[in-house]
Amino acid sequence: MNTSAYEMVIGLEVHVELKTRTKIFCECSTAFGAEPNTQCCPVCMGMPGTLPVLNKQVVRYAVKAGLATHCSIARYSKQDRKNYFYPDLPKAYQISQYDLPLCSGGWLDIEGENGPKRIGITRIHIEEDAGKLVHKEGGGTLCDYNRCGVPLIEIVSEPDIRSAAEAAAYLRKLRAIMLYVGVSDCKMQEGSLRCDVNLSVRKKGSQTLGTRTEMKNLNSFQFIQKAIEYEFQRQVEAVEAGEEIVQETRRFDQATGKTFSMRKKEDANDYRYFPDPDLVPIVLSQEVLAAIGEEIPELPDARKQEYVERYGLTAGDAEALVNERAVADYFEAAAASTKAPKLLANLITSEVFRLLAPEQTDIPIAPEHLATLADLLADERLGSAAGKKLVSLMWHQDADPVGLAEEHQLWQISDEEALRPAALRAVEENARAAADYKKGKSSAIQTLIGQVMRATGGRANPVVTRALLEKLLEE
Amino acid sequence: MSKITAMTVSELSRALQSGELSSAEATRAYLDRIETKDGEIGAYLTVTAEQAMKQAEAIDARRIAGEALPPLAGVPAGIKDNICTKGTLTTCASKMLGNFVPPYSATVMEKLADTVMLGKCNMDEFAMGSTTENSYYKTTRNPRGLDRVPGGSSGGSAAAVAANEAAFALGSDTGGSIRQPAAFCGVVGMKPTYGMVSRYGLVAFASSLDQIGPLTRDVRDNALVLSAIAGHDRRDSTSVDREYGDFSAELGQGVQGMKVALPHEYFTEGLSPEIKDAILAAAKRFEAMGAQIVETSMPTISAALPAYYILSSAEASSNLARFDGVKYGYRAEHYGSVDELYKNSRSEGFGPEVKRRIMLGSFALSSGYYDAYYKKALQVRTLIVRDFERIFSTCDFILSPVAPTVAYKIGEKSHSPLEMYMGDVYTVPINIAGVPSLSLPCGCDRDGMPIGMQLIGKAFSEPRLYRAAYAFEQDARKGGERV
Repeated sequence: MNTSAYEMVIGLEVHVELKTRTKIFCECSTAFGAEPNTQCCPVCMGMPGTLPVLNKQVVRYAVKAGLATHCSIARYSKQDRKNYFYPDLPKAYQISQYDLPLCSGGWLDIEGENGPKRIGITRIHIEEDAGKLVHKEGGGTLCDYNRCGVPLIEIVSEPDIRSAAEAAAYLRKLRAIMLYVGVSDCKMQEGSLRCDVNLSVRKKGSQTLGTRTEMKNLNSFQFIQKAIEYEFQRQVEAVEAGEEIVQETRRFDQATGKTFSMRKKEDANDYRYFPDPDLVPIVLSQEVLAAIGEEIPELPDARKQEYVERYGLTAGDAEALVNERAVADYFEAAAASTKAPKLLANLITSEVFRLLAPEQTDIPIAPEHLATLADLLADERLGSAAGKKLVSLMWHQDADPVGLAEEHQLWQISDEEALRPAALRAVEENARAAADYKKGKSSAIQTLIGQVMRATGGRANPVVTRALLEKLLEE
Repeated sequence: MSKITAMTVSELSRALQSGELSSAEATRAYLDRIETKDGEIGAYLTVTAEQAMKQAEAIDARRIAGEALPPLAGVPAGIKDNICTKGTLTTCASKMLGNFVPPYSATVMEKLADTVMLGKCNMDEFAMGSTTENSYYKTTRNPRGLDRVPGGSSGGSAAAVAANEAAFALGSDTGGSIRQPAAFCGVVGMKPTYGMVSRYGLVAFASSLDQIGPLTRDVRDNALVLSAIAGHDRRDSTSVDREYGDFSAELGQGVQGMKVALPHEYFTEGLSPEIKDAILAAAKRFEAMGAQIVETSMPTISAALPAYYILSSAEASSNLARFDGVKYGYRAEHYGSVDELYKNSRSEGFGPEVKRRIMLGSFALSSGYYDAYYKKALQVRTLIVRDFERIFSTCDFILSPVAPTVAYKIGEKSHSPLEMYMGDVYTVPINIAGVPSLSLPCGCDRDGMPIGMQLIGKAFSEPRLYRAAYAFEQDARKGGERV
């Protein structure tokens, strides 16, 4: 089937858990991973007669998130009740924000497939998290209310995203910004960053939006991309078959990579939103907003710009480095002691990123060691294969790369005389390739270079080797 | 010394402080009174006799040890059963909370920690009603006429005070639930300014309207009790951060020069002629004492009742959603799914009036109807607030009836919810505006049933209301009238 005539239109709803010490409406701890029902009190359990009192830090964090994503901050906003029954929701309503969110009308920039792209942010509002249901094997469900009342911000994007890769880039950037401003840990595995995907399809060139489906709670970048690709395919197939897309919530099944209908629109709850009479409006003065603004640190885009200008990195490499604050800090520390920052950036985005486990940000190599390695590569004392090998060696047992190169005999051979025996042997043993080259098929020399590389365990300087072979073949 | 249970709070407080009487003696007297009288009245749902005696003895010991105690220390009181009391059943007179023992106390109970709690008073289920007939557990009779309702929803609290089964009681008032039973039983009841008394631990009916307040035998007692329970509470976001002095400080200063507003909308056809006469006579009395009567108009009043029933029911539909049979309270015996668990528990646990309000409120908030009902009611609310402000810009307080009738017969109106709702017409505007109103007796009808009037003031004008009410009470007593 031909999907190329269609495009996908995606908007993301991202829930980010704020890393306040206490919950949004009571003084219970928000720490992750405690024994079930040990971090709750009458307030977050919604016991009769109890009342919520807003944690001011939640507002400050949400405002920070809004300022960092170029949102307008409401000087006056309020909190509303979203009413629905579910066992993980003790009050049978969630305190959220309906028509007057704290932040609105922002944006962030991503490196899209065709260069930079701006994604709009419709709104950011504060709300409380619900509890967790644990379904027992063999039936029965247990309720854990520890998570009840953990503060969240919901960040709703405009439907500006056109591919799974853009969705991932948006999420990476959003996550980076939240980490930079320090409002959340953004750990997908612990659920402190969760994503719902709204997706519709339309013929390319069309300006009208198709009917969208919503996929809920995708908990890894990989699943988000898979779910998007599957759902795009499914909707295009349905449209091509003349079927109508129904507005519904769909569940992504991690095992099969498919999405399944959970709930049709007509079954959706009427949430009967209304202003929570237990809470007072949130009124922010210009002074408070200014003070919060002062706390915003340098953001990833500023750093990215600096890397492009100062170190000559590509926008893509720079974006990849700045998306993780710890990695960017590491890069800057290492860049201070190398003359080859571009090589250093390459080492990080290729070799180091390959070795980092998901959500790992601490790099077990001293920055100056990686800087030395970049210099050795720049000086052609080491080849790229040796560079790779050294990163891997230092990762497991960090040491100065000079000593390691010595120990493992990884130095690049650039001495023509040292390479001559291997080069002569290569020409002798590959008469056919040598003949081809002489007849004018210049690419045949690659076979010979490969041969010399193998003979020297990858240490031969490829430039010197090529020059030597060319000389030998012309003789 | 007069009979212990007939003493006012201030008399009792003096006797306790002078050592003339111990709290244990007073508490024992009240428990005996409850023992002999409450079978007939039915004011209490739970009597905490043992705990009360222990509390009284502890207070006595502290007093003997020379500790300085607040004026209400050792005074026995009844508490409405929608106010959470740690370790003591708090049922809201509902089957739904028949087994609910809160692990925390309401802020007012912490403030009254040195008083003696005699027990928990009957009420309309979840404070929804005007007769206390909506209690799941029992009927409360009006001590002034045993075939009559005590009013509601704080009917048990008012009856306990009127029948000398408590020196004072706490009630809650969402649309008249303190003032109307006070009027029906011939006692004094205050609905304080919204935000003056913490709502923490008051099981919510309508959060933007609910307020806890005292029911007492006279005006001074009322001021004393309010002084004890008022104050900012950081656990209640709607609590106003403000210092209150002693509410009885202005008592005895009279009403000379005060302006008393009489809005004619409060004296229309639904009002019983005897009550109308009593209120107008009260106006005359104020005038005779030196106040000036100002006839005025409050045109928005006619919209208050429908706005009230939309706002209060909307909030109630959400506030009462938490009673779902999952975590505490009543759970249906039979269910096959979570949805059935909710449905069966709520169908079996709530009474008809509560269900009626939940349905009404859910409807008013539902998509497509929100603007026509809830939003419009909020707009009406703004208009009512302005109307009150306009009057209070020139007058000290409004004088009005509390209810269109005196206490009626048990069962007389219980089959006509609408007629019952109409009875709230004079009290609900006050809650909508958040202003204070004091209900106090101003006479009796030909059958000897008490008639109440209310003094409505601007926000935080409680000292002035008490001062005017006290002047009235003293003047009436001087004339030897039983009011």
